[in-house]
Amino acid sequence: MTVPTSQFIDALKHWRPWVVKGLLWSALCISQAAAQTPLRIDITGVGTRQIPVAVAPFDSTEPALKFSRTITEVIRADLARSGVISIVDAGTPTPALNERTPTAPLFVEWKQKGAQAVAIGSNSISADGRVETRFILLDTLRSESLGGLAINAPSSELEARRTGHRIADFIYEKLTGEPGFFATRLAFVRKDADVYSLVVSDSDGQNTQIALRSKEPLISLAWSPDGTQLAYVSFEERNGVNKPIVYVHTLASGKRAIVANERGSNSSPAWSPDGKRLAVVLTRDGNSQVYLVNADGSGIRRVSRTNGIDTEPTFSPDGKTIYFTSDRGGSAQIYRVPVEGGEAQRVTFNAAFNARPQVSPDGKYLAYITRKEKQFRVGVMELSSQQETIVSEGPKDDSPSFAPNSKWIIYSSQLKGRNVLSAVSLDGKLRTRLSAGESEVKGPAWGRLP
Amino acid sequence: MYHLFKPFARLPLLAATASVVVLAGCASQVPLDDKKATVSSAAASSASSAADAATASQIAAAKAALGKVKPSIYFDYDKFEIKTEYQPTITAFANYLKADVKARLVIEGNADERGTTEYNLALGQKRAEAVSKALGVLGVAANRVEAVSNGEEKPRAKGSTEAAWAENRRADPLLK
Repeated sequence: MTVPTSQFIDALKHWRPWVVKGLLWSALCISQAAAQTPLRIDITGVGTRQIPVAVAPFDSTEPALKFSRTITEVIRADLARSGVISIVDAGTPTPALNERTPTAPLFVEWKQKGAQAVAIGSNSISADGRVETRFILLDTLRSESLGGLAINAPSSELEARRTGHRIADFIYEKLTGEPGFFATRLAFVRKDADVYSLVVSDSDGQNTQIALRSKEPLISLAWSPDGTQLAYVSFEERNGVNKPIVYVHTLASGKRAIVANERGSNSSPAWSPDGKRLAVVLTRDGNSQVYLVNADGSGIRRVSRTNGIDTEPTFSPDGKTIYFTSDRGGSAQIYRVPVEGGEAQRVTFNAAFNARPQVSPDGKYLAYITRKEKQFRVGVMELSSQQETIVSEGPKDDSPSFAPNSKWIIYSSQLKGRNVLSAVSLDGKLRTRLSAGESEVKGPAWGRLP
Repeated sequence: MYHLFKPFARLPLLAATASVVVLAGCASQVPLDDKKATVSSAAASSASSAADAATASQIAAAKAALGKVKPSIYFDYDKFEIKTEYQPTITAFANYLKADVKARLVIEGNADERGTTEYNLALGQKRAEAVSKALGVLGVAANRVEAVSNGEEKPRAKGSTEAAWAENRRADPLLK
């Protein structure tokens, strides 16, 4: 079933068609949050050892100059945000450097300036108005090229930022040996006064798009595996009742469909890795229990069967196991059960409250919320060894979500009583924070670009 | 951009219109000293109008009884038992639903902020269901009651104090 972008649109449709048009447009357009405080990203923890890297200004002429400036700014900001790379001031080299510059003298020069690697590149506008970006990365210690990229993109600011994120990912992977996480997307809920907004942004909080506004709470965001849809829970009114209902929202079209609207509460959606179905929590049979439902809302099948609470399901990356929270043992703990049925097995033992499990995309780690010394913190368990690391401070952390590269976790946290988003590396050492001034931001979900 | 928030500006108007309608609806159920109402119903058979009047007075009495009990049911931390002090509330709602056979009840459960968003939704649900079961014991049909949860999303009391948490561990029966 397809429903309008928000309930009140129905009411407005009959007498203000232009408003409806405007709202639908707002669901698709970008960066129209001008009246709001922009998101701000702060680096709050860095590594003890950082790799010094220089990013030279990309060689270009008008009209690609602005595109170039954006690219270099984004690359530098991304790398600095990683916590493991420090940026060496590149100044403005004359003559300008580009990928055709002879590299032998560059190795010596940039090694002397303290950079272990230097990124150089150029932009040019092609006949069809698109921007051609070429870039190479030089290792000054080994005096060799680490390769490069050629990216052809539309000339918009949004695409300049995306190009910058892709180059930053390339540099990060070459220098750390791990895949990058900059060309990814975040979804989260922003609350300004009494309005809840479903926001989608790049990994640095820029390029924000508002997919939905509502006067009622929005929670439990979950990206579809292909990055084109978001599942979430909305409390908007239907048939005279405000209650939690599970929706799937296609971002490109703004179309929404109800996936679960059974008697009682419908909550906690999680996608199967193949994107064909979701695990959800329904109460139609009397308790909060885990069910499977096809992505179009058909074929509901019950998975868990207890007299208590079973909630917060999430799939393992191979799609064979569901991890979830249950109070069957007397307190909230994490269990796992085969999707096709079988005995549930308890996973957490080390605190009186363990909940909200998320398995890393590489399948090696479990992130969850654990109560330690009356504080709700993010715990990370290596599944093979069951070794636990507490990576956040509390007091009220929630909704951990892994980066697509499995190396970082973003979560809801509180700073001076206000909701902000925090991101942390798996070892707990590298940290950033995403805040929105007086506004509240919470419930993050980290996804890939479509 | 310029019209983005217009719909919200319009909302209070819509809401006000809706509540006027609801009020008018309620008032028309208890027109006992309203002579016009008596005159207009004179065409109906005297037996049925007497029955209507009896029903109306029962509904009015049940509604008056609702006004004398605590409107919300409060729970202890991580607990779902209905304490005896709230039994009069349960009884009053059960009586009202028996008197007004068209009425439906939505029970909204709530949780304090401690814990996770989705687990708290389940806790609120468990509280709403406890109230729903207690009504069932008093003979209220299950299809007239829907237990739903707000989790920690709609705190009546803000803040992170014991008093705020206690206020938010609550179920609200709401007549529809």
